[in-house]
Amino acid sequence: MTTDDAADADATAHSSAWFAAGDTESTGDRIRSGSADAPADWPTLAVESGFAVDEAEYYGKLREATVEAARAAVDERERADDRQLLHAVRAMDDAERVANELAERVAEWAGTLFPDAGTGVEGCRDIAERDPDGPAEERVVSLASRVADLDRESDDLEAFIESRAPVAAPNLAALAGPVLAARLISLAGGLEALAKKPSGTLQVLGAEDALFAHLRGHGSSPKHGVIYTHEYVRGTRPEDRGSASRALAGKLTIAARIDHYSGDYRPELEAELDERMRTIRARAGDTAAGGDGGGSE
Amino acid sequence: MTGTDASLPAGVVRREFDGRDRLATRGEPVYGEPTDGEWRAWDAGRSKLGGMLELGMETGLSGGETVLYLGAANGTTVSHVADFAGATYAVEFSPRPVRDLLDACEPRPNLFPLLKDARRPETYAHVVEADCDVLVQDVATRGQADVAVRNRRFLADDGRLLLAVKTRSEDVAAAPEAVFEETVADLEPTYEVLETRRLGRFHEDHLGVVATPR
Ligand SMILES: C[S@@+](CC[C@H](N)C(=O)[O-])C[C@H]1O[C@@H](n2cnc3c(N)ncnc32)[C@H](O)[C@@H]1O
Repeated sequence: MTTDDAADADATAHSSAWFAAGDTESTGDRIRSGSADAPADWPTLAVESGFAVDEAEYYGKLREATVEAARAAVDERERADDRQLLHAVRAMDDAERVANELAERVAEWAGTLFPDAGTGVEGCRDIAERDPDGPAEERVVSLASRVADLDRESDDLEAFIESRAPVAAPNLAALAGPVLAARLISLAGGLEALAKKPSGTLQVLGAEDALFAHLRGHGSSPKHGVIYTHEYVRGTRPEDRGSASRALAGKLTIAARIDHYSGDYRPELEAELDERMRTIRARAGDTAAGGDGGGSE
Repeated sequence: MTGTDASLPAGVVRREFDGRDRLATRGEPVYGEPTDGEWRAWDAGRSKLGGMLELGMETGLSGGETVLYLGAANGTTVSHVADFAGATYAVEFSPRPVRDLLDACEPRPNLFPLLKDARRPETYAHVVEADCDVLVQDVATRGQADVAVRNRRFLADDGRLLLAVKTRSEDVAAAPEAVFEETVADLEPTYEVLETRRLGRFHEDHLGVVATPR
């Protein structure tokens, strides 16, 4: 490398430094959002560029900026936490329900105007594309486009949940999937409330109607609530679903507690759940193969 | 009584707390550890690096070095590191423990908290300086060797990697030995492994690794 090349490299490195003069961003913001392919001798570059008079001053400024950045990031993420998920998942469900209701109305009405009108949200998307002829068609096409929009909104809400749940509740999101994690938080009324519930309660969250009916003496006690949507319950054969729900609820409870009280991600939880499910599902294989040793759960 | 020990960095001593001989550094307490004057006990049962030092591993630490610490959590270990090291960059990607880490930073002007993902070094290479003397890693997450490899760029050619490998993070079902072997094999192209040691007595299912860049 010639001296010029070295100087050029320095200049390039310097422009990505956290202390490089940004137009509007604070140094804290640059700590949070900046990036560089490779590190450089930042303390020396900072002194050379006049950002700091010496290394001691550089480190003082670095400290201030990193603490400010970390504090702001933590505040933001915590604000963005479980409350946001709770509202987002309720909004997603509302958007979907209303879209479906309106789609039925559109299908009924559109059937009188367009002989080839389809049904459901899909049908609405198709109608929304048409050129209306006359005031009645105008209304139907407009209504259909609202349905298509609502459906898109519901997809966007789901994407939002998928990006936020792993931050707000990393373990719960890893084990349950982001949407189910958000549903559980919503049903419990928050992550803290969920973390404080015994696993038997988490297991039937979302099945309150069936549970109350059972308590009044009608019907059997529900084995699962909303966790039914989890592959580990739905995909397990009916005889083993009780054990599967119990095992899943147990791990989800632990996950919610870790998320609430410590917040660090523990990949081993997921591996333990997988292992437990393998054992439960292996029973099906045993019974199918030999037919003995089963039946006493 | 304070004993000096050739294998310990300057600023780390053995000292008696409640009748037990323990590691200690000088600094503000962070996690309710016992203190004695300016000294605070470094609980090797709660710190993988503490365990490595207790077991006499050749960490190459002498005190005053520039450190990049990955997986700082609430600051238990990195606060002790900052007590004896120079500039100490503490990377942690989970917001909740970072709250406590910020408390540990308060009385330590050389400790720099970074809420970043250690798998994405480019997101902090504009902050962390080149040629760090030591890379400490305790992330307890899948792909631990890969994290160490990706962060090689921060380490001086004669620097040290001090790595705690947690077997259960890689594969709960596999035998620990198999996971250790595989992790060390994954490090080999990038690092020369100088010493490995089970941290058994202090941390079950953990391997301590000392390595240097190739
Ligand atoms: C075993 S704890 C570390 C304890 C800490 N070293 C001590 O002794 O005080 C592992 C930490 O690594 C963090 N972690 C896991 N994966 C990470 C990643 N990719 N980037 C940054 N931190 C990570 C976890 O959030 C957790 O806080």
